[in-house]
Amino acid sequence: MKTKDIIKNGLIKENPTWVLVLGMCPTLATTTSAINGLSMGLATTFVLMMSNMVISLLKNVIPDKVRIPAFIVIIATFVTMVEMVMKAYLPALYDSLGLFIALIVVNCIVLGRAEAFASKNNVGQSFLDGLFMGLGFTWALTLLGMVRELLGTGCIFGHSLIGGADGMLMMILPPGGFLALGLLMALINHLRSKKKVK
Amino acid sequence: MNILNVSGSPHVHSDESTKKIMWRVNMALVPALLCAIAYFGLPALLVSLVSVASCVLFQWLIEKFIMKVPTSIGDGSAVVTGLLLAFNVPATAQMLWIVVIGALVAIGIGKMSFGGLGKNPFNPALVGRVFLLISFPVQMTTWPVAEGLFPMGFDVPTGATPLGAFKEGALGEGVTFMDAFLGHIGGSMGEVSAIAILLGACYLLWKKVISWHIPVAFIGTAFLFSGILWLIDPTAYMDPVMTILTGGIMLGACFMATDMVTSPMAKSGQLIFGFGCGLLTIIIRNWGSYPEGVSFAILIMNSVTPLLNRWFKPTRFAV
Amino acid sequence: MAKKAQSTLPNMLISLTAIALVAAAALAALNGVTKDPIAKAQQAKVENAIGAVLPPFAKLEDKTVDGHLCHVGLDEAGTMVGAAIEAGNDKGFGGHLQLMVGFDAQGAVSGYQILETHETPGLGAKADQWFQKDGKGCVVGTKPADAPLTVKKDGGSVDAISGSTITSRAFLAIVNEAADVFAHINQ
Repeated sequence: MKTKDIIKNGLIKENPTWVLVLGMCPTLATTTSAINGLSMGLATTFVLMMSNMVISLLKNVIPDKVRIPAFIVIIATFVTMVEMVMKAYLPALYDSLGLFIALIVVNCIVLGRAEAFASKNNVGQSFLDGLFMGLGFTWALTLLGMVRELLGTGCIFGHSLIGGADGMLMMILPPGGFLALGLLMALINHLRSKKKVK
Repeated sequence: MNILNVSGSPHVHSDESTKKIMWRVNMALVPALLCAIAYFGLPALLVSLVSVASCVLFQWLIEKFIMKVPTSIGDGSAVVTGLLLAFNVPATAQMLWIVVIGALVAIGIGKMSFGGLGKNPFNPALVGRVFLLISFPVQMTTWPVAEGLFPMGFDVPTGATPLGAFKEGALGEGVTFMDAFLGHIGGSMGEVSAIAILLGACYLLWKKVISWHIPVAFIGTAFLFSGILWLIDPTAYMDPVMTILTGGIMLGACFMATDMVTSPMAKSGQLIFGFGCGLLTIIIRNWGSYPEGVSFAILIMNSVTPLLNRWFKPTRFAV
Repeated sequence: MAKKAQSTLPNMLISLTAIALVAAAALAALNGVTKDPIAKAQQAKVENAIGAVLPPFAKLEDKTVDGHLCHVGLDEAGTMVGAAIEAGNDKGFGGHLQLMVGFDAQGAVSGYQILETHETPGLGAKADQWFQKDGKGCVVGTKPADAPLTVKKDGGSVDAISGSTITSRAFLAIVNEAADVFAHINQ
């Protein structure tokens, strides 16, 4: 597989959020603001990169029948690392993302990429796949967070755009997450399908 | 090439059409609209106009530019949605721009995203209303109080609705049954006057646009259930007559729960639908965090409608 | 390409054990590095909250009064300049509300911090600013021991957060409770 394809797959063609629709729990729960979405995306990217790399490295020594538990242990290790580092050096961010960092372990994207890509490809490609799948996840979460923060509070990255006015509260509450996700997904897939026709 | 129109049964030929039904509903809403304008003055008229105009506009824009289908604004359904949405918000000047957002949500998300009239599982006006209630809780609960007829100007005095006051612990603050019956109380603009709503409902019943099942089951259940609670402890629960006269029960039962698209088809299903609405309304009013539960109750029962349609099939023609 | 390991029992045992051991070792090592910063960060959080609610103090003394954790601020001579009391109740709109309320030596509210909240964003969650010194429903400087704080709707003097009477009531009930605890602190 060409590097160019790996990049394109992760960012657009097989984007984990808009196309594969994986990892919806953190997507909906952490995107109440752009900065939360961005941080969650980057944390997941780190885990994806590292776990993809290690799993690809070990793919020949892990027997098939125990591969799922082995993958989970590897993924959980990296997630715990992210959690401890964040708790130690970025306590404010940890407070706002809280539980969802630990839940990266069960994010379908991470195990999905391990199964679908890292266990079949070489180390370098797996690393790249993790990086760009993660970045695809990151831009999706950041966009969703920006839209929800703008509509819900009138701010982007905490900077007020409409002079202190309150936004539509619903957008930063859980139902607003579903609405924003659905509408953005429709828009993005509409744009993609338009491009495909040409 | 599409010469033949394929549609589902029943293939009945009569002079009833969606268009006719919708304009009759609009006619039936006129008394409540006049009442609202009489009590709340200019803001009520402006909010209604803005709401109806933006519903029709959004419907036209979405059909023309996004769905690219022939526009259907002439069938009057967007006007119904606009009027009902306006009836469900307080008639204050600050609602003018908020109601535009409500119209976009009602038409765009509540109706057109499901494919348009007849395909929406939830009452569009209520979707818009609940979105506004959760998004703008302060503006949506700043109620003007009808003090005299035909108030002038924009600054109508505001106060709590009878239900709001009740939730805060003030029991029966000098609101009489007559006040509530005529609409001399605070509240959303279309819900205050029970008599105007009943007048419109009678017209719809006479024209057979709606049947009696849902409104009677809805109001009856609410009356009985709140009556039982009131008999148990009159100091903690509102009396049943007041319960059905205040808030949105009358408006909801006559005009929103009876929406043809989102309520069951069979009579037995409609009775259960009305019963569920009445029960949920009283439960939410007494034990929920919001003082009023009509919109939530109807939306919840809307979601049960497909099931009710499965269990209770309408009697078929020629069986 | 290297041959893939077969799924025999010894192979499975060895590979899983090895992976688990390496993972455990890596995490143990990282834990050693981050343990102190985590403890420090948590300590700093509590200290920041205490510092924000109390008048300037030289040292702190923790004790438990009526089941509430109290951080008593002392000056150089060891006399009390104020106390920060942790209290909470479940009467908030979204459930539990936990505050740290600071009092000066005379028993007037010197500040507060919200430690735990589940209130609605944009409504009840405004409590973090609303009752502060520059907020609309300022409680700083009042003495709940003389007259318990209540919202205007209940005949009191405090402006409730608009649209969030329930949160405001829960908040003031906690402040009043903390004031009771403060009154017992020297007994």
